[in-house]
Amino acid sequence: MAKKNAWWLWAAAILTYLFLYLPLVIVVVFSFNDSRLNAEWVGFTLDWYRKLFHNEKMLTAAGNSLMIGVVSSLASTVLGTLAGIALHKYKLRFLPFLVLTPIAIPELLMGVSLVIFFVIVNQLLGILELGLITIILSHIAFCVGFVAIVVRARMQGMDESLVEAARDLGATPFQAFRLVTLPVIMPGIIAGALMAFTLSIDDFVITFFTAGVGAATLPLEIYSMIKIAVTPEVNAVSSLLMLLTLVLIVIASRVSPSALRANG
Amino acid sequence: MTLQQRIGKWVLSWPPLVYMVLFFLVPTLIMVVAAFRYPGDYGGLAPMYSVEDGKVVWDLTLENFQRLTEDALYFDLFIKSAGYALATTLACILMAYPLAWLIARSPKRYRDLMLLLVILPFWSNFLIRIYAWMIILGPQSAFTRAVNWLVTGLGFEPIQLLFTPFAVIVGMVYVHLPFMVLPLYANLEKHDMALLDAAQDLGANAWQRFWRVTWPLSLPGVFAGSALVFIPALGMFAIPDILGGTDSIMIGNLIKQQILDTRDWPFGSVLSIMLTGGVLLIAALGAAVARGGRKRG
Repeated sequence: MAKKNAWWLWAAAILTYLFLYLPLVIVVVFSFNDSRLNAEWVGFTLDWYRKLFHNEKMLTAAGNSLMIGVVSSLASTVLGTLAGIALHKYKLRFLPFLVLTPIAIPELLMGVSLVIFFVIVNQLLGILELGLITIILSHIAFCVGFVAIVVRARMQGMDESLVEAARDLGATPFQAFRLVTLPVIMPGIIAGALMAFTLSIDDFVITFFTAGVGAATLPLEIYSMIKIAVTPEVNAVSSLLMLLTLVLIVIASRVSPSALRANG
Repeated sequence: MTLQQRIGKWVLSWPPLVYMVLFFLVPTLIMVVAAFRYPGDYGGLAPMYSVEDGKVVWDLTLENFQRLTEDALYFDLFIKSAGYALATTLACILMAYPLAWLIARSPKRYRDLMLLLVILPFWSNFLIRIYAWMIILGPQSAFTRAVNWLVTGLGFEPIQLLFTPFAVIVGMVYVHLPFMVLPLYANLEKHDMALLDAAQDLGANAWQRFWRVTWPLSLPGVFAGSALVFIPALGMFAIPDILGGTDSIMIGNLIKQQILDTRDWPFGSVLSIMLTGGVLLIAALGAAVARGGRKRG
């Protein structure tokens, strides 16, 4: 029996939703505003978007972000899927600690330890100079855990007797894995991959530490812009990024509604 | 376990294990050791040992840890960071509780949508969400002017909102709010409404029903959410860096400065280790409280 909710509860909830959405709406609205100041509505313009598409640095950064996102999400999806299945099937001692701790600690700590590590390796072996490669390696390290959790959740929902049936019918373990387990957990794997891609595209803190001087990603470029001045060009790039995220969420909800919910 | 199963286990668990050892465990251990080394002449780290007359001499020190106690500034900064994180956590509880309660009490078919609406902003870029508050709290914004109209109307000097501790806490609440709503909802959703009816039949008013029934039962959710908010908030560096002023930096900003700007890695590592210690302490406390709550319940 559900009681009617008090009016003030609704008021509080609506205020909280406004608190969550109004800032983002403001960013998008001012990206179309014909004024340098993000203060008052002056008139409609697409100038800020036009400017954006002529901003070489921003375009390079966007290209880098996409490349890093694709490579690190592919690699972390493979590693995370293996880890997710292993976490579900076996009682392991070190793997859960290694894979899940990076999710639980502040990102800053991983950034600090990785930058020290990369510089030392570079001094000793002459490889892994700070740049795109070190960003990718770092992104993989913090995405593996997220993918593993999504895949493990999917494994937990799987009917084990399917694999047993396949084995009884003469499938080798590998065949049973490829023809039964893999298709069943595929929505989880895809959801995990999309999640890893979003995390990578989004990441600021770890990238900030491991990027070195040469390489820039979209968040790093946005950061250096807003440190100098607040301009509607930032609003424009932000709005485009929000659009991209929205598209990814729609894809994810089509592919795997349950996986999206379990982790959101 | 048959040979085949052994191979299967090996193939599944080794690749992620090796990767995480290489790019998480080893870097972490290097950072821990760095805390005991001397800083290099040009930043970074000095050699860990030297060879004199064919004997290895270790160059390790506790000086970096002693530096923490030499200046009260560092201790104060930890306390201040914990204060910011605590204020953020409390504000999140206050804002998330009514919303989580309402979602949990709504008809089932609306709940997923209402939850999705809480999570959706969380998927947009972290920097964009902070940047949005730069606009809102900026000196020319409608919000700031409205606040200052009110403040001057009451006879005070106009105030600045951006680059203050207030801006830092608003930004941290904004970024972490979903982490409080979700565990609270997960808890409140399971409550048995019959308990509230029973309390009402026995003469409890609305406040008593909340304070004596719902609130104690929801504590595991409150603690879970608090851990999810407090821990990342404690180690935050981007939000105070962007929304805060010189007087509202947190421990994360000092760590960033030591590692990337001053390049005093040993001391930066010491601060990182202290932060890790703080995080582990909070996590252990949370786990202990949760266990205690389960035993009582």
